[in-house]
Amino acid sequence: MKVTDKDVLYVADLANLELTAAERERMVRDLNSILDYIDRLNQLDTANVPPMAQTSDRFGVDEAKTGTARFAYAVRDDILEGLRKSLPHGEALQNAPDTDGTFFKVPKVIER
Amino acid sequence: MDLNLLTIESARIAVQERQITATALAEAFYQKIEREDPPIGAYLTLSRERALQQAARMDALADKGEPLPALGGVPVAIKDVMVTRGVRTTAGSKILENFVPPYDCTAVLRMEAAGAVVLGKTNCDEFAMGSSNENSAYFPVHNPRDLSRVPGGSSGGSAAAVAAGMAVAALGSDTGGSIRQPASLCGVVGLMGTYGRVSRYGLIAFASSLDHIGPLTRTVKDAALVLRTIAGRDPMDSTSAEVPVPDYLDAIERPVRGMKIGIPKEYFGEGLDPEVRAAVESAIQKLAELGCEVIDISLPHTEYAIPTYYVVATAEASSNLARYDGVRYGFRASAPRSLSDMYRRTRDQGFGAEVKRRIMLGTYALSAGYYDAYYLKAQKVRTLLTRDFEDAFKTVDAIVCPTSPTPAFKLGEKSDDPLAMYLNDIYTVTADLVGVPGISVPCGNTRSGVPIGLQILGKHFDEFTILQLAHAYEHARTADDAIATRQTT
Repeated sequence: MKVTDKDVLYVADLANLELTAAERERMVRDLNSILDYIDRLNQLDTANVPPMAQTSDRFGVDEAKTGTARFAYAVRDDILEGLRKSLPHGEALQNAPDTDGTFFKVPKVIER
Repeated sequence: MDLNLLTIESARIAVQERQITATALAEAFYQKIEREDPPIGAYLTLSRERALQQAARMDALADKGEPLPALGGVPVAIKDVMVTRGVRTTAGSKILENFVPPYDCTAVLRMEAAGAVVLGKTNCDEFAMGSSNENSAYFPVHNPRDLSRVPGGSSGGSAAAVAAGMAVAALGSDTGGSIRQPASLCGVVGLMGTYGRVSRYGLIAFASSLDHIGPLTRTVKDAALVLRTIAGRDPMDSTSAEVPVPDYLDAIERPVRGMKIGIPKEYFGEGLDPEVRAAVESAIQKLAELGCEVIDISLPHTEYAIPTYYVVATAEASSNLARYDGVRYGFRASAPRSLSDMYRRTRDQGFGAEVKRRIMLGTYALSAGYYDAYYLKAQKVRTLLTRDFEDAFKTVDAIVCPTSPTPAFKLGEKSDDPLAMYLNDIYTVTADLVGVPGISVPCGNTRSGVPIGLQILGKHFDEFTILQLAHAYEHARTADDAIATRQTT
């Protein structure tokens, strides 16, 4: 077994998830089953294979250019309201669970 | 007027020629939804006010005798992962239960600019994570062709709405097969363009390097029409490609004789349902009869696609879903003791089991000590999968295979075994990882009457060829059926 209850607690903490004891037990089982399956990737020798994070840097770019010049079309001037106006303040706050009318409100950040 | 028979063109012409007003057409669809959707569950939210305003605009145009735009007055549905200003958007999650977006998704705006009437938002697996629609936090979608079966996922609501005649066309999203697989299971057409072909702006992010928006329609021609409407560079999405959009309607008028289609042997191995195999093989035979050259090919890394996908997609998801913290929008757990307590309980109560599982898997794969073994390894295998396709496309124009290894399965059949559910995506995930376009087109039914889909994959930015093949096949099959019916009567 690769993943233990302790690992699940640690990863849940990283992911800001609060899992119940029952959820943790199920998670240990599911993660181990999925990771066992994922382990078949180790059958492949990838020592000399470059990693690929996305396809948009390989296709549809200006092949004649190099580096960031390949994406010249995606670049715009860094100016205020470059693409559109920012949302009005009220609209930006309208979905917030709690505000004081100006800022988002959250519980105390400093814990003691 | 039989709403189940309408295509985009027939609906637009009916409005244009004043056989029916766009307003009356929208109302007819709402009545049908009210009557027929309860046992199916395709819609989460109806946008009646927005729809009727748009319908009135189209009616005003038609009254003046002016030509309507391509989708003028056509009732459509939008998967609830695309934000709509003023219309609740949930992504199928409790964490966004009351979220009313302050802006619109580019693809939706482009549909409306072309005259489409947005009837409402369709049900889906939570954050588009699932292959059966059973992961919706609200209610599952049932397959209109057999209510005991799943419609596929994650765009199951969009597929079911089109299949049941509760929308003429719909938008869905595809990260690992979520347009093509439900299209296959519900017996409609589902098209995913090349990565970057359609702007993702306003699409609630699942895995940003894999997410696509695309149409679910009743015909290939309708899919071409919708793609033409939503495709093209959008400054709001830096990954939308600066590649000219050809007229896809031109594609479907061209003969397919002489085209080379590749049949990947790895897509016909163990796990493929015999009825699906028979239907797909007979579709390939049909394409051969139309003059396509059928070539056996190999995509040798196919068996590594699912494990690669479930590392890459979950890693990206774990990062994308970090934004749901109960601060700026969405659900917040009550009476938090501290900020971190609020984050944790908000996310525990707001997310469903599958979303948590994927966040956990992705966080694990990115965590210190495991990054190289999982995430970096998967990124490298993604390169190998891409090379498989590049090699294949040196000799063939398109790849033809099944969309899904099985027809629609029963609700509850796989919902307790995440790995079994993930294996449904075995023929669809690779196109997302590699970024090539794909279409699923109906190719028959099982003996019990459930649809089967044929998948056609193309080169990067060559949606033209797959639409051409899918359209030729769709019509050849219809013609065959017509001839067969004539002979037996």
